[in-house]
Amino acid sequence: MLELKAVSKSFGGLRATDAVSLVVPEGHIVSLIGPNGAGKTTLFAIASGFLKPDSGFIRFLGQDVTGLPPHEVCRLGLVRTFQVVKPFAEQSVRENILVGAYLRCGSRREAAEKVEAVAELVGMSDRLDAAAASLTVAGRKRLELAKALATEPKLLLLDEVMAGLNPTEIEEIIPVIRRIREAGVTIMLIEHVMQAVMKLSEHTWVLNQGRLIAEGAPEEIVRNPDVIEAYLGHGLAARMEKLEDA
Amino acid sequence: MRTLAIIVLFGLVMAVLPVFGPTDFTLSFLTLMLLFAYLGQGWNILGGYGGQFSFGNTVFFGAGLYATVIVQVQFGLGPWLGLAAAILAGALVGLFIGWVSFRYGLRGSYFALVTLAFAEVFRIVANSVAITGAGAGLQVPLDPAPANLQFVGRESFYWIILALTVASLLLVWQMERSRFGAYLIAIRDDEDAARALGVDIFRTKLKAIVLVGALTGLGGAFYAQMFLYVDPHIAFGVAVSVEVLLVSIVGGMGTIFGPLLGAAALHLISEVARETMGNTPGLNLALYGALLVVMVTFLPKGLFGLATVSAGRLFKFRRS
Repeated sequence: MLELKAVSKSFGGLRATDAVSLVVPEGHIVSLIGPNGAGKTTLFAIASGFLKPDSGFIRFLGQDVTGLPPHEVCRLGLVRTFQVVKPFAEQSVRENILVGAYLRCGSRREAAEKVEAVAELVGMSDRLDAAAASLTVAGRKRLELAKALATEPKLLLLDEVMAGLNPTEIEEIIPVIRRIREAGVTIMLIEHVMQAVMKLSEHTWVLNQGRLIAEGAPEEIVRNPDVIEAYLGHGLAARMEKLEDA
Repeated sequence: MRTLAIIVLFGLVMAVLPVFGPTDFTLSFLTLMLLFAYLGQGWNILGGYGGQFSFGNTVFFGAGLYATVIVQVQFGLGPWLGLAAAILAGALVGLFIGWVSFRYGLRGSYFALVTLAFAEVFRIVANSVAITGAGAGLQVPLDPAPANLQFVGRESFYWIILALTVASLLLVWQMERSRFGAYLIAIRDDEDAARALGVDIFRTKLKAIVLVGALTGLGGAFYAQMFLYVDPHIAFGVAVSVEVLLVSIVGGMGTIFGPLLGAAALHLISEVARETMGNTPGLNLALYGALLVVMVTFLPKGLFGLATVSAGRLFKFRRS
């Protein structure tokens, strides 16, 4: 569905993503993990048109979208959310979601119906008239999700929708994400909450210092020595193994 | 629906006002106030709703003003064609300025400076070419007749400007409920978030500035018909640019009734100041400046914000 081929992007001397290639299959929930500063968000920004890659290309639904501006990528059905959520703060929840809904709905009535449907899906129906600024962190994350969903995406790139949520809130949002997938939307997550990654995703890529270092089912990935080293530091995988042997 | 009712009520009350025989002075005062409510609404669309602060809206006003006068004086055509020319001229100037500044993503103070600079460029050009009558300006021959869009009494222009103001209120009321309006507000609040949701930032801003150009150009055309004279200072001086943003900020940016409230407040204040403190030149501008500082510091949402807050408080108080 989404194909990245040898995508590289540097900021000054820093290689934020370094020849990353991956293919996201349609109809699944997949995830992208890696330590802070690994280049995950940069990769999302490139895929969604916010950043132009220095080299490599991006194909979405068989079409080359490299260098296409974000609003056109969005129109094709690829939408990202933001790690630092970006609500239109002075507007109500309804008006926020409405902005997304207008992409596919010509009339105000049609768009308003879309807003109701999306709010239902993410569990915000009772908050529609609240000011976006009055929402809790969990509420804002849901709103971010709802705005993106209102554009009727085919592929949703979710950038840390669970960061900052408490365990109860995480338990609450996991079924929401499942429901979205069941509604026919492919989902790619960036997530640090491993519990959610393990529960939700069927395939995981691990990014470290701009490079893909591993991929596979999440259960295998967490035992991969390279991954452990990337997260916990050099030499730790070997020491852990010794500990287990002893 | 309540907003529509207020607009209609306002229009009706103001429309029957001349029946009660106000003085010429009162009518002129109200006509100018309404004209600036209308021009301020133009600024409000791009600045208040879209978050793009123009410091040079007088380019659109002046373009309309000159277009109307030039069509009549230099080409010997009627003022009705002049109106069309004014709308077109305003829209084209909007398209041009919007294209060069939004294309390259100019925002905030950069956009403000560019608009200010364009107004200056237009003023200098108007001052030096023959078709505008250069520094001496151009005068439309006095010949009162409806066909010439010139009238003997002051009521006619009062009604015309009132109709224009009511139309602009209706337009913004509709805009708030449309996709265009939703996109404009989204751009003001967060450009990146808007882009992620499929909003074409460049096109939306360009649409807005062309609309503002056309509206403000038309306002300039009627100003021309009222005073039958134009020179570079009237058309492209800073006065109109400053006043249109003042009425919006004082009244309440991004609200339907903000510019109207702001225009009423500012015109009342400057009139009272003139009455009590004599005709010191520039006094009203000094007052405007002081008022602006006070508003921005204490009432960033303008008079309209104050009105809604106190209405809300009153309502709560009554309910409890």
